[in-house]
Amino acid sequence: MAAFGKRIFILGLINIWRHRLRSTLTILGIVFGVCSVIAMLAIGEGASYEAQEQIRKLGSQNIIIKSVKPPSKETVNVETSFLREYGLTYKDAERIRDTIPAVEVIVPSRNIRANVVYRGKMLDANAIGVVPWYPEISSQKVSAGRFINASEMEDHKNVCVISDDLAKRLFTHQAPLGEVIQVKGDYYKVIGILQKSGATATSQTEGPAPLNLYIPLTAAKSRFGDVIMTRSSGTFSAEKVELHEIIAKVKELGQVMMTSEVIRDTLKRFHKEMDYEVIVPLELLRQAERTKRIFNIVLGSIAAISLLVGGIGIMNIMLASVTERTREIGIRRALGAKRRDIIIQFLTETVLLSGSGGVIGLAIGVLIPYLITRFAEMETIIRAWSLMGAFGISLLIGIVFGMYPAYRAAIMDPITALRHE
Amino acid sequence: MAIVQAIDLEKRYQMGSEWVVALSEVNVSVEKGEYVAIMGPSGSGKSTFLNLLGCLDKPTKGQYILGEDDVSTLSDNDLSEIRCKRIGFIFQSFNLISELSVIENIEVPMFYDGTHEKESEERAAELARRVGLGHRLNHHPNELSGGERQRVAIARALANDPLLILADEPTGNLDSRSGSEILAILDSLHQEEKTIIIVTHDENVAKRTESIIRFSDGKVVADGTRSSKVN
Ligand SMILES: Nc1ncnc2c1ncn2[C@@H]1O[C@H](COP(=O)(O)OP(=O)(O)OP(=O)(O)O)[C@@H](O)[C@H]1O
Ligand SMILES: [Mg+2]
Repeated sequence: MAAFGKRIFILGLINIWRHRLRSTLTILGIVFGVCSVIAMLAIGEGASYEAQEQIRKLGSQNIIIKSVKPPSKETVNVETSFLREYGLTYKDAERIRDTIPAVEVIVPSRNIRANVVYRGKMLDANAIGVVPWYPEISSQKVSAGRFINASEMEDHKNVCVISDDLAKRLFTHQAPLGEVIQVKGDYYKVIGILQKSGATATSQTEGPAPLNLYIPLTAAKSRFGDVIMTRSSGTFSAEKVELHEIIAKVKELGQVMMTSEVIRDTLKRFHKEMDYEVIVPLELLRQAERTKRIFNIVLGSIAAISLLVGGIGIMNIMLASVTERTREIGIRRALGAKRRDIIIQFLTETVLLSGSGGVIGLAIGVLIPYLITRFAEMETIIRAWSLMGAFGISLLIGIVFGMYPAYRAAIMDPITALRHE
Repeated sequence: MAIVQAIDLEKRYQMGSEWVVALSEVNVSVEKGEYVAIMGPSGSGKSTFLNLLGCLDKPTKGQYILGEDDVSTLSDNDLSEIRCKRIGFIFQSFNLISELSVIENIEVPMFYDGTHEKESEERAAELARRVGLGHRLNHHPNELSGGERQRVAIARALANDPLLILADEPTGNLDSRSGSEILAILDSLHQEEKTIIIVTHDENVAKRTESIIRFSDGKVVADGTRSSKVN
């Protein structure tokens, strides 16, 4: 049986090779189908992985509430009023902490653009006023030194923990720990460095990795005040924002959605305007998963169609081949081939054809994501199941679409087949 | 011992609403080792009869006993197996597979018989030498003359050492020289006690055989088996 299989296999290869141009054209549909399945799945997986990683870094148990400048309804008013006051307040943070039991940790923060100076080198950075328990809700770990502690918070101490990027850019020769840097005219001692990480809990998901430095929230309040002056296109504007962000960490994952609703309700009661925004990473995560599922369905349909077309092409050629080889079939039957033998012969040939389409498609399908990652610098992920699945499908197509031609070959009457010219 | 026994064989074909009777009331028996010619005008049913004997077709009525088995009622699968193991076919138009080499063509029946690859190769080479094609093993049919092709077909017919060799006008497509080469091989097979049935139009060919069955209009009109055996 093994020898039989081997010979049938070789016979199939010989026949494919004999008509190499025809074979090549025949399998193009399968090649494109398989390679597009693999390439698109790799791109889709890569994109969704990136999105999910970013969202996960925000913390799936976290609810992020951000201050947003409300759309100015009365434009005249904006012109005249020099000071705009909006956003989250210390009171909001307290209310959330005190009235919602599901909230385990709450981290209020302020975020001020500031120039950071060290030994004549100046960088534009975010000075973020945070509380000592900030690490509890952040995915970033302290890689050197330590985070701000309670007594520094209490004493409005001028200490700071800096992000890895800032450390690298600002301190080219020295070890940053213990050094003193200047921020908006005040001096801060570096006590810790945060691990490198793509996105941070303070949700800067766009643009280049931010240069962050974390200082006690109390220090931020007393050094910078609540009013921030910005100069844009020649005119000054001042904004009073108490807190830029509140992150509430919920005890259990199952409570996240409900708690986010409660937070929305609570805030709505005390804010006249929509000067805040509630971001629920878990919700985003679910959305991303939904998007991915839709993406996969669309891709799957496209691939299915191209594979179907490929399969029909193969069937077409095999039917032609059966007719062409009627005489051969008659001879084989006369010499003792059973119907089953004829089926096996033609089915083997079809599967070999579609399978080689699968192999070529696989090779191109792996190459494309590689090139995309290499040149477009986009994350792509090739999953083993997608390779096996695509190849398996190509074989399956050979079987499904080879069945009918093989059957046609097998039911031929030997005498009629022998007489065929 | 009769190897072939046809009892009241009938073969009809349906052509639209009408039935064409190709064979009727055919009673023939062939002994082991016999060399028989089948003759008759064109359309008299010779090929139809040979196809029945070769298990390529089933009779509409009657019995066909090959060796000891009634094969007239067997399934397609069983008939294939009988063709494979017990019948050696030689056709007028050679019917070689053009994609395969000489040796591969000879191997085809052994392939379906499940003969071991090495054994099959050795036997095929031996048979090729026997029909004088030892030097053409890897040629393809289109590189051979008609006579050589028919010799390949004979070697192929011998592959599974069949009970019965059936030849339908084996020299019909050949010039007289190649034809007599083929007939010489058949003669030598006859010497080896092979049972051979040959359809021919040529009286000279028929003369070499032991007996002649004459067909006309689907019926056996003369069966010279006994008489020719006597002389
Ligand atoms: N498949 C078929 N369908 C209908 N009629 C058929 C079929 N095969 C053979 N016949 C008829 O049966 C009769 C016998 O045909 P057969 O081929 O046996 O003749 P033959 O004696 O071999 O003739 P020839 O010497 O020309 O080869 C013919 O009349 C033919 O038309
Ligand atoms: Mg005939």
